[in-house]
Amino acid sequence: MNWIVQYLWLIPALPLVAAGIIAVSKQPHRKLAASLAIGSMGLGFVLSLMAFLATLGHHGEHGQFREVYNFNWLQFGGQWLQLGWVLDPLTAVMLMMVTFVGSLIFIFSIGYMAHDQNFTRFFCFLSLFAAGMLGVVIANSLLLLFISWELVGLTSYLLIGFWYHKPSAAAAAKKAFITTRIGDMGLLLGMVWLYAQSGTLLFYDGGKGCLENDALVRMVAQTAATGMAVTTAIGLLIFLGAVGKSGQLPLHVWLPDAMEGPTPVSALIHAATMVAAGVFLVARVFPLMEVTLDSLAGNADGLPSTALQVVTWVGALTAFFAATIAVAQNDIKRILAYSTVSQLGYMMMGLGVGGVAIGMFHLITHAFFKALLFLGSASVIHGCHEHQDIRFMGGLKKFMPVTFLTYAIGMLALAGFPLFFSGFWSKDEILHAAHGWSVSHWPFYLGCAGALLTAFYMTRQVALVFFGSYRGGHSHSSHRSGSDLKSADTSAHSKEPHESPAVMTVPLIVLAACAVLLGFLGTPWWPAFQGYLGQHHGSAGGVVPLMVGSTLIVFAGLGLGWWLYAKRQRKTADEPDVLEVVRPDIFALLRNKYFFDEAYEKTVIALHAWFARACDFLDRWVWGGAVMLVSAITVGLSWLYRATDEFVVNLGFDAGCKGIRQGGDGLSKLHTGRVQNYLRVIGVALVVLILFLVWGRKA
Amino acid sequence: MSPVFLILALVTLLSAVAAISFRNLVHCSLSLVVTFAGLAGLYLQLHAQFVGFAQVLVYIGAVAILIVFAILLTRSADTPNHAVLAPGWLVGIAVAVVVFGALGLAILKSEAISKKVPAAPEATVKQIGDALMNQYVLPLEVIGLLLTAAMIGAVIIAMRDDKEAK
Amino acid sequence: MTELQGYLLLSALLFTIGLAGAITRRNAILALIGIELMLNAANLNFIAFWRFGPNPEALTGLMFVIFSIAIAAAEAAVGLALIIAIYRHYKSVNLDEMNNLKG
Repeated sequence: MNWIVQYLWLIPALPLVAAGIIAVSKQPHRKLAASLAIGSMGLGFVLSLMAFLATLGHHGEHGQFREVYNFNWLQFGGQWLQLGWVLDPLTAVMLMMVTFVGSLIFIFSIGYMAHDQNFTRFFCFLSLFAAGMLGVVIANSLLLLFISWELVGLTSYLLIGFWYHKPSAAAAAKKAFITTRIGDMGLLLGMVWLYAQSGTLLFYDGGKGCLENDALVRMVAQTAATGMAVTTAIGLLIFLGAVGKSGQLPLHVWLPDAMEGPTPVSALIHAATMVAAGVFLVARVFPLMEVTLDSLAGNADGLPSTALQVVTWVGALTAFFAATIAVAQNDIKRILAYSTVSQLGYMMMGLGVGGVAIGMFHLITHAFFKALLFLGSASVIHGCHEHQDIRFMGGLKKFMPVTFLTYAIGMLALAGFPLFFSGFWSKDEILHAAHGWSVSHWPFYLGCAGALLTAFYMTRQVALVFFGSYRGGHSHSSHRSGSDLKSADTSAHSKEPHESPAVMTVPLIVLAACAVLLGFLGTPWWPAFQGYLGQHHGSAGGVVPLMVGSTLIVFAGLGLGWWLYAKRQRKTADEPDVLEVVRPDIFALLRNKYFFDEAYEKTVIALHAWFARACDFLDRWVWGGAVMLVSAITVGLSWLYRATDEFVVNLGFDAGCKGIRQGGDGLSKLHTGRVQNYLRVIGVALVVLILFLVWGRKA
Repeated sequence: MSPVFLILALVTLLSAVAAISFRNLVHCSLSLVVTFAGLAGLYLQLHAQFVGFAQVLVYIGAVAILIVFAILLTRSADTPNHAVLAPGWLVGIAVAVVVFGALGLAILKSEAISKKVPAAPEATVKQIGDALMNQYVLPLEVIGLLLTAAMIGAVIIAMRDDKEAK
Repeated sequence: MTELQGYLLLSALLFTIGLAGAITRRNAILALIGIELMLNAANLNFIAFWRFGPNPEALTGLMFVIFSIAIAAAEAAVGLALIIAIYRHYKSVNLDEMNNLKG
């Protein structure tokens, strides 16, 4: 076996060890913490490259390289629970992306968190997160994946709530954890059901794995409760986990709030990696999701499976819906957060309509340009002295040129500016596949509308931030967006924004380059990426009209945004938004995120609170009452015992002692001290003795 | 019951009663002397001549004198003006009577006393001396020790403790 | 009534008289007189038994009485010394006053 496959576990293990060492080191050892974290990620990247090169080698029976390494973990009964890792193109691609982007973000964080006291703790959590994410990627067992998945969720909680003494950050962390937990419950149920059905949790096991043919054949034939096939049911449950983790409708509510964490965290976790884990999960279990009776029979014209249809619809709705909200936001990070939700919807849609390669392509390109955008916004926030409201920015392109350039590249990539930017190619693949979807054309229309809105709101953001004149520097007591904890001076300051140091701008430049270059790996005339991931397209025809169409849509969005926001710049921060003036009611609805949080608050959370109160009542009065009853009985018994002891035993003793004392008193009267009395007694005793002897003898 | 025995018995008893009932202690001690003498006569009657003479020598010649000395040294020679009888003397008399009753009962009811009277034994001084030196030599030595100890003890007890006075 | 019984009765009577004297008179010296009487009664008892008993040749009774007389003499000496010492302390020979052992 390839030695890299055998040592694939090193890739997540190195950051884990780094996290452990950093955890026990003291706060002043910043250089140690940073170098351990970056070193482990760098080494991980080198190993990922080697793994990638290995996968370019021989192809297996499905035309793809796949090697697994399984081992026994736990024994229960007569069975062994097995874990393992797998190296195939999907794994290799994700490994390279996570380690590369992760290393860049780590380097960026050295500059961003330089003034923070908890520098070492930050890097410890970052390394721990990296370990978890890489574990998710290499896992060959759904159980190992779940374990790493939970670790990722935990570190996400720790990192969102990094500034834990800020109540909004703590609340956001809790919300993220609980919302993803709901999804994780679905994943757990799906996992258990899968194990029950197929007898193994290993994906690939030389034919015995749960994603391999034998298991799939068995499972697709059976039907579950509502008449759907078992594979559909399990697939939907697993997809529920992805919905939670990737912020799809309706479990998207945690992602915007997660912006409370430091911006490198948002870049790493909520743009490039963790939210991508949901998409990755669906891609990983794709054989389970896509299998239908038709596909097993070799009939390629049948309808797609129910699971994939659900995935597509959820993705499409999310894509459109989040884009509409992003139009009305004022916090620079929140715009990017809703954009992420929207793009994740695209990825899901891509998986649903087009398959693994199409979804993953967009995931990879999105990772780079979204990370770029987040890091750019971090640079902007750092330069604006920790302000985040875009109404207070403006004209930054002359203060922060490098940031502006890289941000612009990222924004054009996200919007899908044609030909030069990776977002164009990946989004087009998705739209092309959606156009050809046999079930319905609505995902296609939603995707197009979403593309228009994406271009529009990104232009709005860039225009308000970088163009015009600087509107900051005036003190404003009511910030609508949350400001970072680190901002010590919220009072009026007339300091001008400044460019960020090199340690922060160099990663931006690198990411910008990747955002441009990666697109060329997946063009329809050279589908290197798709081929690598094992998907061979139909024809390249019918693509060009679509490309033209999407280009028009993008330009329309860009132009509208430019016209509304760049041409007529607002002068002050307090001016209402242009759209707000036009249709204030819709704008308010969008700005308040369709009141999703409030709806949840009234229903689910209220129910939960009621339930918690009921449980508290039970605990306090029913279970607690039983305990108190027992204790009352014990106290009563002890009181009875004490009463017995005091009144019966003690009195008895007292009476006995009194009797003895009285007897003693009586007997002591014999001791008169007078000799003659003693003599008298002796005389009497003598008489008694004589009588005894005399009569005793006679008897 | 020979008349000698009866006379001697009467003398002894009367003087014994007198010895314990006179008010004046010197009279008591004198009566005691008569009692001892009567007893000596009884011993002679019983053919225990040595014991009789020893009785006279030791009891009358030493113990009675000692008692007289004690009476004189404790200023009890005068007739006492307060009561001579101890409180509860009636109980004492009763006890004594009961004791006598018991003893008498034992004596009279006894079957071990045989009616046959053996011949008068011969107890010469030589025999007594022989017995003392041969059979009873150990008790003899012990008695010597005892007498020495008693003498020393008596002297020490009765000695005036001059150290205390100073 | 045999001679022996007579002697025995006499000794019992003497004993009783001595006991009565010892426990009814106040004076300590009279108690001692009573004790001497009791001892003498016992001696008489021994001699009587020696004379009228089964084996007078062994001289056992006689020996006993000789030793008894010696011991009685020693005891009288010590007792009287004690009385003198007590007299020096209590300044009286009244037995009723000597009740320090009263419990």
